[in-house]
Amino acid sequence: MVPLSWFLILGAALFAVGLFGVLARRNAIAILMGIELMLNAVNLNLLAFWRYLWSDSLTGVVFVIVVLAVAAAEVAVGLALIISIYRRRSTIVAEEINLLKW
Amino acid sequence: MTGPQIIFLAAAAVTLIAAIMVVTVPRLVHAGLWLILSLAGIAVLFIMLDNGFLAVVQVAIYIDAIAILIILAMMLTRAAMSDTEPQINRMWLASAFASLIIMAGLLWIVSQAPAASRGPLVDAEVGLDALGRALVDVDGFILPFEIASVLLVAALVGAILVAMTPARGD
Amino acid sequence: MIETISWLIPLPPLLAFGLIVLFAYRSNRVSHTLGIGAMLITWALAMSVFLFAVSGGELPVSAEVEWLPTGDSSFNIGIWIDSLTAVTLFFVAWTMLAIFVYSVGYHNYGKARDPKDRPGLPPHAGGIDPMYARFFAFISLFAFGMLALVVTDNLLVLFVGWEIMGMCSYMLIGFWYGKDSAKAAMVKAFMTTRVGDVFMLLGLAYLYWLTGTLTYSEILFNPETLERLATTPSVLGPGTSAAALIALLFFIGTVGKSAQWPLHTWLPDAMEGPTPVSAMIHAATMVSAGIYLILRIFPLISAGWQPGEPLPDIMVIIAFIGAFTALFASTLAIGQNDIKRVLAYSTISQLGYMVAAVGIGAFVAAAFHLVVHAFFKGLLFLGSGSVIHGVEHGAHETGDHIDPNDMTHMGGLWKKMPLTFWTFLIGGLTLAGFPIVTAGFWSKDEILAEAFGTGHIAVFIVLALAAFITAFYIMRQITMTFLGKPRSEAAKHAHESTWTMTVPLVVLAIFSVTIGWAGIPRGFPVLSSLVPNWVQEFVDATLLEPAEALEFNSIPLLVSVSVALGGLLIGYLMYRRLEAGAPDPLARLGRVYVWIQDKFYFDELYDFLFVRPAYWFAETFVYRGIDRRVIDGFLHWVAGLAGRLGGFLRNKIDLPIINGTADLVGEGVKTASHEGRVIQTGRIQTYLVVGIIFTGALLSYIFFLL
Repeated sequence: MVPLSWFLILGAALFAVGLFGVLARRNAIAILMGIELMLNAVNLNLLAFWRYLWSDSLTGVVFVIVVLAVAAAEVAVGLALIISIYRRRSTIVAEEINLLKW
Repeated sequence: MTGPQIIFLAAAAVTLIAAIMVVTVPRLVHAGLWLILSLAGIAVLFIMLDNGFLAVVQVAIYIDAIAILIILAMMLTRAAMSDTEPQINRMWLASAFASLIIMAGLLWIVSQAPAASRGPLVDAEVGLDALGRALVDVDGFILPFEIASVLLVAALVGAILVAMTPARGD
Repeated sequence: MIETISWLIPLPPLLAFGLIVLFAYRSNRVSHTLGIGAMLITWALAMSVFLFAVSGGELPVSAEVEWLPTGDSSFNIGIWIDSLTAVTLFFVAWTMLAIFVYSVGYHNYGKARDPKDRPGLPPHAGGIDPMYARFFAFISLFAFGMLALVVTDNLLVLFVGWEIMGMCSYMLIGFWYGKDSAKAAMVKAFMTTRVGDVFMLLGLAYLYWLTGTLTYSEILFNPETLERLATTPSVLGPGTSAAALIALLFFIGTVGKSAQWPLHTWLPDAMEGPTPVSAMIHAATMVSAGIYLILRIFPLISAGWQPGEPLPDIMVIIAFIGAFTALFASTLAIGQNDIKRVLAYSTISQLGYMVAAVGIGAFVAAAFHLVVHAFFKGLLFLGSGSVIHGVEHGAHETGDHIDPNDMTHMGGLWKKMPLTFWTFLIGGLTLAGFPIVTAGFWSKDEILAEAFGTGHIAVFIVLALAAFITAFYIMRQITMTFLGKPRSEAAKHAHESTWTMTVPLVVLAIFSVTIGWAGIPRGFPVLSSLVPNWVQEFVDATLLEPAEALEFNSIPLLVSVSVALGGLLIGYLMYRRLEAGAPDPLARLGRVYVWIQDKFYFDELYDFLFVRPAYWFAETFVYRGIDRRVIDGFLHWVAGLAGRLGGFLRNKIDLPIINGTADLVGEGVKTASHEGRVIQTGRIQTYLVVGIIFTGALLSYIFFLL
């Protein structure tokens, strides 16, 4: 019998790792991978809560499906943006994409 | 330690370690592969949550589509950054600190969770049949379903537009 | 009615002045028409007033208006016509009208303007004077001044008229301002009379301070005021009464205006002006104004004195100055060769007669002589102007350029200019006092009789001596000018002047003869039964206490007749055979003659005593010393101070503090932003990290610490 808290702790840990990747990686694609990790952690959390608390309704599952769809869309658009940036500025290092710099 | 717990621990360990590897390995392709492993671990965890459907969906979408797409993008932008450059930026300490704060906060919230969540599992079986019907049911989840579809169409169109080469003359 | 006329008398010439100056100066004809027209109107008004007074009209005529509010009361001005005013108006109107008409011819109206003539210089060759219109403007203003002085009822307006005439005489003496001698003369005339005017103003102020009024009726015809003034000690101490001091101050004004010694030096130099000006100023009006003044204030002069008593000090002073001047000026006249200068000294001398008469208390005699003198002196001056014109014309015809004023180049003009000659002769005989037929005899005789009859023998002797010399010099002048043979080409070709010049001469000559018969003293053998002494009765009414007419005494009569005839005879005999270029027979007097010619060096004395120190004071002391060193030095010092203060403020306060603060603000913002820009890295990851950390801190603060 796996306690719910174990799933939640894992979810938190995965989220933190993903956050670290978003904040600390230089390559834009690596940042996207961090975002994917975060979204997966969210999915895990949702499903865990659904299974342990709300397993009589389908809301949790549908929520996860929607999150999955959103993640997919977001990856697609993000990668398209990255490629577009790469075309214009020949770089995908997040540090160098700094037109808002003073 | 019961069987499911052991399986859970193993899968969690794999997932976590793979995730850590994703954010730390210098070579990007390796990071992508570690990501696939991490996603697979998540799929296993989904099975443990009595949701085989979603596990398959996870594999199919995340691993087969998204991770492959990421690797494809890596290959398209390979010349942008070589793998011998530093992959972690200068703020990694602050970033680690921020992550730890988030994790601490989340753990604290978890600890506030009601005791009922630690109780025994209710037996539940979700039928795909019911799921499918609920997704298109007017009293059900038709709205999120349709909106998600719209979102996917918009993302599709947007991605194509954004990624078009500029020299098309449009 | 008569009041209105009296108010209007001074106005037409003033209007003429204004119109000429503003509008009519471009046209000579309009200018002289305005001038003469105005004078005619004034003459008519004055004659009507005179006739009113003479035919028994109610005198005095007075009226006044409030002029200057002074607290509770007000200072009023108005008119005052009494018998003195009436006779003065009579002679002023006639003589001024004659002079106005004469000026038309004198300034060559009708002749073309010579293109070589320039304004400010007398015309060369008989062309019309370039400043013809201006002349009429000035003499109109002059006429206004004199008439205002005569008809007014208070001493302030009298003073105003006095000063107007002073200014006009300044402008008219220097009418030909292109000549340096004229410029010097005009300044000298003004300055010298000014000395007198200052004292007169002091007298006015003192009088006003003591009595609070300047109106004749309240001072001169008010026995209580006169009594008070006569008994109040003046500021000079108990020896002098206030009345005496005031009279003395006014008398000094007369000394200046009527060119008595010692302020006589301006009158001969004033001959630089055109002849009508000389006639006007020195015969008819301005110098007469001085005598009119002391006649007016005679009650003040004689305050506290009754006829028959010994004279008070003030009257002694007046009599002394008058008599001395009469003798002094007549001695100077015998040494002059300029035809007008002889007449100038003659004027000074005759005025001395009048002043002496006032001094001994002979009010009526002085007034009578004033009237007669105006006529014959005016006649003599205008006649001399006619002579000058004739000789000038002769000089141009023959090309013999001599000084047309110089008598040594004249002679034999009686044939060439007969009208001028006969009228001049009449005037000259009147001046000398030729018995019976000339008015001068009656008036001068009156003065001598008064002097003798009241016991002032010293005055009598001096005046008789002066009369002798007077007869001598006038005969000298007539002989040199008209009789004998012409002594130059110019004189040979002289000719008579135009009618505008000779008609006034005739008119004045008629008066010179006939006026005297109005003043035949009572008791005179034969004639007095024909004509009463109208002058005595009429003029005497002016005084509060009419004086008694004197007993007729034959001694002064004999003395004056012999003196007059003797002087005339000697003058004729000495000069009738004077040749051209010959020395003056008087030169036999040697050194004395030189002194006479040099006017006893009074001009040089005044120059040394007054003029040079004044120049030194102005130039050296005030200008260089005070103006440049003190005032400018002070200003330079202030400027330096301001400069240093400004520099200090700028460099020590403005730049560091104010600029510094402003700069600090700017620089501060710049630096702050420069430093603060760092947070704008443009990198999203940075923003995220910061946001997360901050939010985490905030949330932990909220949840854990609150």
